[in-house]
Amino acid sequence: TSNKTRYLSHSSLFLDRKEWADLEPVPQDDGPNPVVKIAYSEKFTDVFDMFRALLQNDEKSERAFALTTEAIDLNAANYTVWHYRRVLLQALDKDLREEMKYITAIIEDQPKNYQVWHHRRMVVEWLNDPSEELQFVAEILSQDAKNYHAWQHRQWVMQEYKLWDGELEYVEELLEEDVRNNSAWNQRHFVINHTSGYSDSSILDREVQYTLKQIKKAPHNESAWNYLNGILQDGGLSSFPGLLEQVTELQDTCSSPYLTAFLVDLYEDALETNSSSYDQQEMFNKALELCKFLAEEKDTIRREYWNYVSRSLQNTYGSGDPVSASSDPPPPPSSSQLPDMEPSDP
Amino acid sequence: MEEASPPLRCFSESHSSELFSDDGVQTVTSREQRKVERSIQEVYSVYQQIHTSSQPTLLREQHYHYLKKGLRHLSDAYECLDASRPWLCYWILHSLELLEEPVPAAVASDVCQFLARCQSPTGGFSGGPCQHAHLAPTYAAVNALCILGTEEAYKVINREKLLDFLYSVKQPDGSFVMHVGGEVDVRSAYCAASVASLTNIITPTLFDGTHNWILSCQNWEGGLGGVPGLEAHGGYTFCGTAALVILGKEHMLDLKTLLRWVTSRQMRFEGGFQGRCNKLVDGCYSFWQAGLLPLLHRALFKEGDSTLSVSSWMFERKALQEYILLCCQNPGGGLLDKPGKSRDFYHTCYCLSGLSIAQHFGNKDLHNELILGRDENRLLNVFIFLPSRHQLIQFTTSAQRRSPKRLNISTGCLFQFRQNLHQVQWTSH
Repeated sequence: TSNKTRYLSHSSLFLDRKEWADLEPVPQDDGPNPVVKIAYSEKFTDVFDMFRALLQNDEKSERAFALTTEAIDLNAANYTVWHYRRVLLQALDKDLREEMKYITAIIEDQPKNYQVWHHRRMVVEWLNDPSEELQFVAEILSQDAKNYHAWQHRQWVMQEYKLWDGELEYVEELLEEDVRNNSAWNQRHFVINHTSGYSDSSILDREVQYTLKQIKKAPHNESAWNYLNGILQDGGLSSFPGLLEQVTELQDTCSSPYLTAFLVDLYEDALETNSSSYDQQEMFNKALELCKFLAEEKDTIRREYWNYVSRSLQNTYGSGDPVSASSDPPPPPSSSQLPDMEPSDP
Repeated sequence: MEEASPPLRCFSESHSSELFSDDGVQTVTSREQRKVERSIQEVYSVYQQIHTSSQPTLLREQHYHYLKKGLRHLSDAYECLDASRPWLCYWILHSLELLEEPVPAAVASDVCQFLARCQSPTGGFSGGPCQHAHLAPTYAAVNALCILGTEEAYKVINREKLLDFLYSVKQPDGSFVMHVGGEVDVRSAYCAASVASLTNIITPTLFDGTHNWILSCQNWEGGLGGVPGLEAHGGYTFCGTAALVILGKEHMLDLKTLLRWVTSRQMRFEGGFQGRCNKLVDGCYSFWQAGLLPLLHRALFKEGDSTLSVSSWMFERKALQEYILLCCQNPGGGLLDKPGKSRDFYHTCYCLSGLSIAQHFGNKDLHNELILGRDENRLLNVFIFLPSRHQLIQFTTSAQRRSPKRLNISTGCLFQFRQNLHQVQWTSH
């Protein structure tokens, strides 16, 4: 017994605390022959045995709230604990400003966890106060400029509370730091989409010129090329005045597989729209030539894809015999060949 | 003495021309990329020195022991996955399945009993006994039970309650939250579609609006983000696309821009896939990204595309296999993200899944194998023309060499499962 006393006086286990003596811990029921059995530490077992007890009794108390803090510290991905904490926050009418401080610290420590960001969102909603959010997310992004959860939270805040001011400037700052930050390019698209939109030709011009400028700085930056393509999809790459000339000009100093691919896209668009501004035969020949160049030399990792594009172009715009990847096209899977495993349309 | 074998792509003279060009403008992105490329180069040069002929080997024995052990016991490093234990079951069972290692009946039964303890009284499955139901462990549990494929396994699932659970997380805009009081993203639609189709509980209204919500996740890049507005990401793109295939609505995507986006995600130097543009290679994207190519192949085929390849998915299969076999294997068993990272069961599952996709092309009539290295590297071919397990057409030459019964049992049970189901009474959901 003296050993037990010594043990107890040093124990920080909830099991041994007198304030918890009334609660019978509930061990985890993994069954007689457990699988994927985790060798929990003594502390982990202690906290979660108590948590299960609280949950079972649906206890709504300060000590329960304190326990959720411990449980989160041991496994911040336990969404059941987070849910319970939110129930307690409301039932005990806890200070949500304090909770904001808490969740701020937790996210700083574990910024790639789903539950922590969702919890923050709930608290912001309850407080109906987004005033700290953009600065907070910027803080997290300063440590990892591509944190997906952070961007998700940022977009939610902006849309929910209509906080669009200054975001384009923020995006440009990030692109100044790292022009290859694809998340920032996405945010650029997000902001413009939700504010001015791209239909205004002065906006589209501005964006095209901005992007070309970034391309010239770093021609092998795929994000910039993708953005250029993305914003011109609706209008059509071949319809944008002077673009073909501007891009062709870049070929000497700024050539890259992305430039070549962009030209293929432009030629393809010219063919698709049957644009009278371009010689259709020339577009066709050049497109095929570049597909071959990409498949065989400049972008061989995507050989299968570029060969497919080539065959598709020949099939659609070619004047010769129908093209397929072999002399015998694959038979379509008929219902007699496949067992009845197709889902019925809802 | 190893036979001479075809040279590896990564040892070719011109391979160094595929290194990242930073245009003299260094940023965090380019520095990180160059770091990874250097570590991959290191792996290649060590490999060349050790092996006189290049025959990459899948470390089957080591992976098997790692998986076998993990199915029973995990160290306290796994406390962070205490709310994801059905996932551990799924990752391990699927890996064993790909390696064609049988699960002893007693173990299978134990898994069933454990997953039964993870089933919530209100329907669906949770991350562990007494936790709340969540779509991710629900997906993992249902799919794990389907891998086991026994009567006992199918009987674990309370289908009526599962339907209640799915309705309880359904949102008016067509999306699903991951759990009651939880977050929305496109993973939830895939988890819901997968389990609902597997257990045949799809009602006329369950997926109302879901396909439109998923479609709104396709962005300017051509891929899909987690929710509308977000950056295109491999994991979310797979989930959204696969969900649409299950719902029969994949043709509504802009397939051309999606195809361009996903093929662009294969890294020219490393051979593996990145999750997002200008980010780093990761072994798990061998499945999430490369797995899109069979889905797109089928979708385009259904649209009447006659120019599709008859011999290959539209990505560099050899390069992906090289990346996985040379860079993603832990010598003690298990697979991983990239050199320098620790092994885990998630990466083991998805690296092996990606390896299988790279090795096998086609369907029953048109099957093309490209096995890098020794023949023994061949994994089970789990066709993903269709993205949900019950729709997999299992085809394996090794199963045919063994008892034909095994093939029948695994696919047969799936048929039985569908046919013996009592029709769910459509209530006023």
